[in-house]
Amino acid sequence: MRRLAAAIVGAGLVGLAGFWVLTRPAELSAATLTLLASHPADAARGEAVFWAAGCASCHAAPGVAASAPVDQRLILAGGRRFASPFGTFTAPNVSMHPTAGIGTWTLAQFARALLLGVSPEGAHYYPAFPYTTYAHATATDVADLWAFWQGLPAVDTPSQPHDLGFPFTLRRGLGLWKLLNLSDEFVMTEASDPVIERGRYLVEALGHCGECHTPRDALGGLQRDNWLAGGPNPAGQGRIPTVPPQGWGASDIANYLQSGFTPSFDVVGGEMADVVANIGRIAPEDRAAIAAYLLALRSSPSL
Amino acid sequence: MHRTLTALLATAFLALPSVAPAQDANPNVTARKAMMGLYAYNLGVLGGMAQGQMPYDADLARSAATSLFHLSRSGSARMWPAGTDATAMPGATRALPAIWENMPDFGARAGALAAATEAMMAAAGTDLASLQGAMAGLGGACGGCHQTYRMAQ
Repeated sequence: MRRLAAAIVGAGLVGLAGFWVLTRPAELSAATLTLLASHPADAARGEAVFWAAGCASCHAAPGVAASAPVDQRLILAGGRRFASPFGTFTAPNVSMHPTAGIGTWTLAQFARALLLGVSPEGAHYYPAFPYTTYAHATATDVADLWAFWQGLPAVDTPSQPHDLGFPFTLRRGLGLWKLLNLSDEFVMTEASDPVIERGRYLVEALGHCGECHTPRDALGGLQRDNWLAGGPNPAGQGRIPTVPPQGWGASDIANYLQSGFTPSFDVVGGEMADVVANIGRIAPEDRAAIAAYLLALRSSPSL
Repeated sequence: MHRTLTALLATAFLALPSVAPAQDANPNVTARKAMMGLYAYNLGVLGGMAQGQMPYDADLARSAATSLFHLSRSGSARMWPAGTDATAMPGATRALPAIWENMPDFGARAGALAAATEAMMAAAGTDLASLQGAMAGLGGACGGCHQTYRMAQ
């Protein structure tokens, strides 16, 4: 009897130790750290990364509409709320304020947050922050982005806590979620030409289109085999459409991402209005690359 | 047997009204959709020229912009009575209940649209560059409501 109890306690300890090891927050590789340190960062290139990565969609203050002047979209005060089956997440202040925001961060800390979803204190971020997408970004893009970020305004709006139920309040468990969902692999394994490859990078590494347009499994992970197939809106009523929409050609997609007008001149709405406010500011050839990628992924008329 | 059949028929009959609202044409919802269709029809002319899909034609552009100007002043506030939202009428409309919770803001956005159509009317017949310059403001005014008040598809 005593031996049985000891065995159970022993197994429990081994399990705990295993959990502790498996859920340990990751560190950046030496190669990535070297790349970050040696890259001559360019803030102008970083601005392009900023818009392509859609940072303002979540971190701009609530009430800053898609049509707001651009300087308002650059005030990363946080406060927007995102409903999910696990609770409601609130985007934090990521402005350059030293205490309310991330003004004291180093480039390596910024890169660890983006690429690995780990805070400077070594805690896992919730995947409402789309680091499973940003994990595919290049170190040089992250360095350029940080160079741009450091020129953005500091605001002292305090970050608000997330509103989550147990057990989702325990961040350590996210380590297991990351084992299931954090992958270096692109969904489109073969990009057949440089334009499609650029589009793949914009969609799968920066644009985080899949975060809404790809259905999720019971644990909130993206169903990579239903990539961009659309599904129920996780944050409210209605459905998120499949992309590319049926019958849209390359210029339709590029025009929509620039202007918000669909081919039949309906006008973009919902969360996508913010997306267009960001993607409308990247280079036209990048919007064309996104279109090429989407049409290579799923030939739209055959849906 | 007879009673079972009667019960089945009664159940089927009683079940009907719960299906009906989504199919029933509510005149307000029908009118809203018709109005949105007219916006899109005229925006298609201006947007088609702005995007280079059709040649610039000053008279046609002015005509489309004038139609938008009048559409935005057509007394459409009457089309939005309480109880005609996406929760009350699932499948029939994508108008979110937030409209009725924020009616003053909804009205202000309608006012912004009216201002944007006025700006477009002044610009559309001048030249292509002026038309293109007014396009973002007009699209932004449409999106001003769609972003907050329209349900995902």
